[in-house]
Amino acid sequence: MNLSLMFDAMIVLPSGIVLTLTLTVLSLTAGFLLAVPLAFARAFGRPSLSLGVLAYTYVIRGTPMLVQLFLLYYGLGQIEAVRASVFWLVLRDPFWCALLAFSLNCAAHTTEILCRGLLSVPKGVVEAAAALGLKRLQIARLVTFPIAFRISLPAYGNEVVGMIKGSSLASTVTLLEITGMARQLVSSTFAPYEIFIVAGAIYLALTTLAVKATQFLERRLSIDGHPTRRRKVRFRPGLPRHRTTTPVP
Amino acid sequence: MNPMGGFTAQFAAAFLITVSLGLVSGSLGTVMGLLLAMSKSSPASRFKAVVTAYTTVVRGVPELLIILLIYFGGTIFASKVAGRYVEVNAFTAGVIALTVVFGGYATEVFRGAIAAVPAGQTEAAKSLGLNAWQRWAFVIGPQMLRLALPAYGNLWISLFKDTALVSIVGLTDIMRVAFVGAGSLRAPLTFYLAASSLYLSLTTITLLSIRLAERRYPALGR
Repeated sequence: MNLSLMFDAMIVLPSGIVLTLTLTVLSLTAGFLLAVPLAFARAFGRPSLSLGVLAYTYVIRGTPMLVQLFLLYYGLGQIEAVRASVFWLVLRDPFWCALLAFSLNCAAHTTEILCRGLLSVPKGVVEAAAALGLKRLQIARLVTFPIAFRISLPAYGNEVVGMIKGSSLASTVTLLEITGMARQLVSSTFAPYEIFIVAGAIYLALTTLAVKATQFLERRLSIDGHPTRRRKVRFRPGLPRHRTTTPVP
Repeated sequence: MNPMGGFTAQFAAAFLITVSLGLVSGSLGTVMGLLLAMSKSSPASRFKAVVTAYTTVVRGVPELLIILLIYFGGTIFASKVAGRYVEVNAFTAGVIALTVVFGGYATEVFRGAIAAVPAGQTEAAKSLGLNAWQRWAFVIGPQMLRLALPAYGNLWISLFKDTALVSIVGLTDIMRVAFVGAGSLRAPLTFYLAASSLYLSLTTITLLSIRLAERRYPALGR
């Protein structure tokens, strides 16, 4: 163990955090936005639609993300139509390629997570909402989705952690996020222990933070048992302003 | 014409390497997970903190980083021990790394399943006069394994997907053959699609066997 090398790594590696977090946050956002309609289609859509979504999630979840990334990064350029189109400007860049691969992957996982949540929303709640005269979109927006989101939050937390870890694959397409920086540093110093351990510690800090944030959100959103204490809003009659004067003996 | 030239035979060999890498590290990881979960679940455990630290670290650090650490770190370690430059075999490094990862996840899965077996079962077994090993083998073990089966099956699926990462340190598995073939024949689309279909068939087989096992051994008493 060479402590001064570890110290060097501790100074150099954090500059990769920005890229790791950018990739993670953007792909989680894009994945979530894609996953919401897909999850509704998968849970309540017509059988053909539901099967179509299942095919997408099954293929994505059944193959390694590395293969998907390489397929997009190296494979898309082989198609002449893609090279000719305007998308090529974007897809030529490893960053956008990685982001696209991660987002598609994340969308597939999130779809299955949300679908399970949607299917475990109690029927009675939906029926009650319908009985109150809510339209289908209103039921989905105000009743089904909030309940399903709360149910799937623990599983979604795992997906967030998985995405932070998965973003390390970006180093294989020349991106210099934490793992990429660490690999570059190792190839110049050849001190794998020190540098990879520091990189691992950074990832551990990030994932621990994500786990804590999810737990906080779970507690914050939980509705069963202990209702969140709200500030009591009640009418307070104004106190009489006049001072009570005590008679001087 | 075969678009993959002579790479079909290489793919077949690589498929076997991927499968054996998965099977070896999965089996070793299972044994490790069982032992650690048992040691963590016993009330007077001295290693509880160590095991918890291990599972937390393994589950919070990218698999790729663990593989790189064990491959490059292992080379330095082996060279130091042997006194000359020794390169660690990529397969060995892959087995060690994936065993460490699988063991970490399996520990948590088994620990959860052990906690889900009602305490009355252990107490009843104790009152029947069974010793600790008999309790594990005949009472807690069979119930716990059935409870753990769905989550345990998912671990196998991610394990087979994670084997693709070992190609980065040079193991000639499916992913590596696809990479080399894509480069030499300038047909990345064909090769990566072939690789993904191989991986997909592998995960499908795993999924089907888990479903079969779940049907054959459903959780008791629920």
